[in-house]
Amino acid sequence: MTEPSRSTALLLNVDGLSVDYKLKGLSSRAIDGVSFALRAGEAVALVGESGSGKTTTAMAIAGLLSPNARVSEGEVRYRGERLPINDDVAMRPHRWSETSVVFQGAMNALNPVHRITKQIAEPCILRLGLSRSEATVRARELLELVGIPADRGAAYPHELSGGMRQRVMIAMALACRPSIVIGDEPTTALDVITQAQILKLFGDLRSKLNLALILITHDLSVVAETCDRVMIMYAGRIVEDGTVADVFAQPKHPYTQLLIESIPNPANGKRMIRPIPGDPPNLVNRPSGCAFHSRCPSAMTVCATEVPSLDEVRRGRVACHLHRPLTQEDKVAIHA
Amino acid sequence: MAANGGRTTRHIGHALLRAAVTLSMVVILNFILFRVIPGDPAKLLLGGARVSVTAEQLEAQRKSWGLERPLVPDQLVDYVSATLHGDLGYSFKFRGRRVAGLLLERLPATIALVGIAQLIAIVVGVTLGMYAGWRRGGVVDHITTGASLALYSTPSFWVGMLLVVIFSTALGWLPGYGGYSPGALKGSLDLLLDYLRHLVLPVSAVALGLIGQYVVVSRAAMSDVVAEDYMVTARAKGLTDLQMLMRHAFRNAMLPVMTLVTLNLGYVVAGAITVESVFAWPGIGNLTVEALNARDYPVLQGIFLLLGVSIVVANLVADLTYGLLDPRVRQ
Repeated sequence: MTEPSRSTALLLNVDGLSVDYKLKGLSSRAIDGVSFALRAGEAVALVGESGSGKTTTAMAIAGLLSPNARVSEGEVRYRGERLPINDDVAMRPHRWSETSVVFQGAMNALNPVHRITKQIAEPCILRLGLSRSEATVRARELLELVGIPADRGAAYPHELSGGMRQRVMIAMALACRPSIVIGDEPTTALDVITQAQILKLFGDLRSKLNLALILITHDLSVVAETCDRVMIMYAGRIVEDGTVADVFAQPKHPYTQLLIESIPNPANGKRMIRPIPGDPPNLVNRPSGCAFHSRCPSAMTVCATEVPSLDEVRRGRVACHLHRPLTQEDKVAIHA
Repeated sequence: MAANGGRTTRHIGHALLRAAVTLSMVVILNFILFRVIPGDPAKLLLGGARVSVTAEQLEAQRKSWGLERPLVPDQLVDYVSATLHGDLGYSFKFRGRRVAGLLLERLPATIALVGIAQLIAIVVGVTLGMYAGWRRGGVVDHITTGASLALYSTPSFWVGMLLVVIFSTALGWLPGYGGYSPGALKGSLDLLLDYLRHLVLPVSAVALGLIGQYVVVSRAAMSDVVAEDYMVTARAKGLTDLQMLMRHAFRNAMLPVMTLVTLNLGYVVAGAITVESVFAWPGIGNLTVEALNARDYPVLQGIFLLLGVSIVVANLVADLTYGLLDPRVRQ
C-alpha cells in the first residue's frame, strides 16, 4: 500500500441532483434537488427511512442507478469533473476505481460459486490490469488488511460467517484503491457485536487509507460511532445536515428531533419505541409544501404551501420554515 | 483444504451408494413386474391362446425354462446372476435371438437419433434461453419464449407427422421413413450421407420439443441470476456486460440447466418411442413398440432394465457434476 496523503481536498460536489424512476408510465421523483459536498477522508452518514432517497443518492454517485432511473436535474462533480451518471458505459471507469460500494447482506453480494480470493482479485485483473498472480497477491494483502488470514481466501462465501463475509466485501471494495467507499447499510444483517467490529474496521481503514465514507443507514447508533457528519433525508430531500455532535445534541428539524426521540434508551428510562405518527409521503403525488408537514407537530400554514429550501444556519444546514424569517400569518400553527 | 477434500469424497461416496441401492431396486422390481403381469409364458411360447396344447407339453416347456421352480429365491437368483453376466434371455418374437444382442443392434440408431437431437437442442436451446433471460422483456425474449412454450407443449410425434407431411410427402425433400434407402448403395460415404438424410426429420422432431424445454429452463435460471445481488456487485466493480455474463451469470445459471441435461442423457439410450414409431426408425423406441405388440416379455424386460440403468447412471452423473459446479452442494 502506498502512503496515502492526508488531504482534505474536495472530492465530490453534488449540486441540485434529482433522480426520477419510471414505472409503468408513472414517474416518481426519488430524490429532489440534493446538494452536498464531500471531502477526502470525511465520513458522512445518509440517514432516513425507506424511500427517503438515501440509497438512490448513493447509487447515483456510484453510477449504479437501475435502468429505469435517470438523473433529470442537477449534476455530480467528482474532483471537478462532471460524472456522466445517465450513461452506463461511460460510468464504468469511475466505478470501483473511484467509488466502490459495500453492499448489505454480504451473503448474496458475493458470488456463491467462486472462491473469495478470485472475487477480490477480479477487479484487480479487469480494472487495474494486474496479472493473475499479482492480483492474487493483492487479494491476499487485502484479506490481511481486513483481518482475515490470507489462506481463508480459498474458501467459498457460504463457508464464512456473516461478519467474515462483510470483511471480504470490504476487502473487495478496496481492491482498486478508491477514494470513496459507500456503505449501503453494511451492518444491517449482522449481530450487535459483529456490527461493532465491522464499524471499527471501517473507522480504522478510513484513517489508514484516507477514505471518504458515505454510510447509508437508518440506525442512528451506527452514525454516532462511525461518522463525522450526518445528513437526514426525508422524501427525497436533505432536511438537515450537520456534524454528528451538533445534530445529536441539538437537532434543528422536527423530523430529526422525532427520529432521535424515537430511539429507545433503557439507561434513562425510555424503554418504549416512540414512533413518528403518520406515513411517509407518496413520491408519485408529492404533497404540497414541506413533505413532512402532515406529520409535523410544529407545522404552520406556510409549511403546507411552500417548500422550505435547505439553508445554511449557524451550525450546518436545515430545510425547515421554523428556522427562516416568516410573517405573522405564515406562522399560524396547523395542529393547534 | 483437507476438510474440503474429505467432504467431496464423502459426497461422491454417498452418490455412488445411492445409485447402487437404486440399481438393485430396479433389477428386483423389473423381475417382479414381469412375473405378476397376467399370461403364462410357457403358453405364449407354444403359440399363445389360439393354439391348443396338452398339459404335458406345457409342463415340458415350463421345465425347460426352469419355470417350475419357486420364484423366490431360485428364479430371482437366476435372474440376478444372469443379468449381472449380461444375459438378458431370449426373445419370444425373434426366435432364438438373444435380447442383449437385439438391444445392442438397435442401440446405435437410437443413440444417433436422440444423441444428435440432444446436442442440437442443448446448444440452440440453452443459448436462446440464456439470452432471453439475460435480456428479459426484449424482442428475442418475447419471440423465443412464445415459440418455446408452444414447442414444449406440442407432442413430438405430432411435430414428426407434420414434418413428414411437409418435407417428405409434399415437398419430397427428405425421406420420412426408416434408416436407409432400399436398393443398391455403393461406397461408405454414400451410405453415411443416406443415413444422415434419413436422420434429419426424426432428429428435428425430437430436437424441437427439447429446444422448447431447454429454453424454458435456461431462461428461468438466467432471469433468476440476473436479479441476484452479486450481479449488482459485478456491475459495481465496473465489469462490462459481457464480463458480467461470462464470469458471473452463465455458470450460476447453468446449475439447474446441467441437471436437466444430465437427466435427459438417460433418455438418449431409451429412445424416443413415439418419434421412432412415426418415422419407423430402427432404434430402441421402435423395438419397444414391436415387443409390446408381440407380447415379447423378455425384450421388454431388457428394455426396462436398460432404461432403468441409464436413468440411474444419468442421475449419478447429475449428482456428481452438480457438486463440481456448485461448491455449496459438496457440503
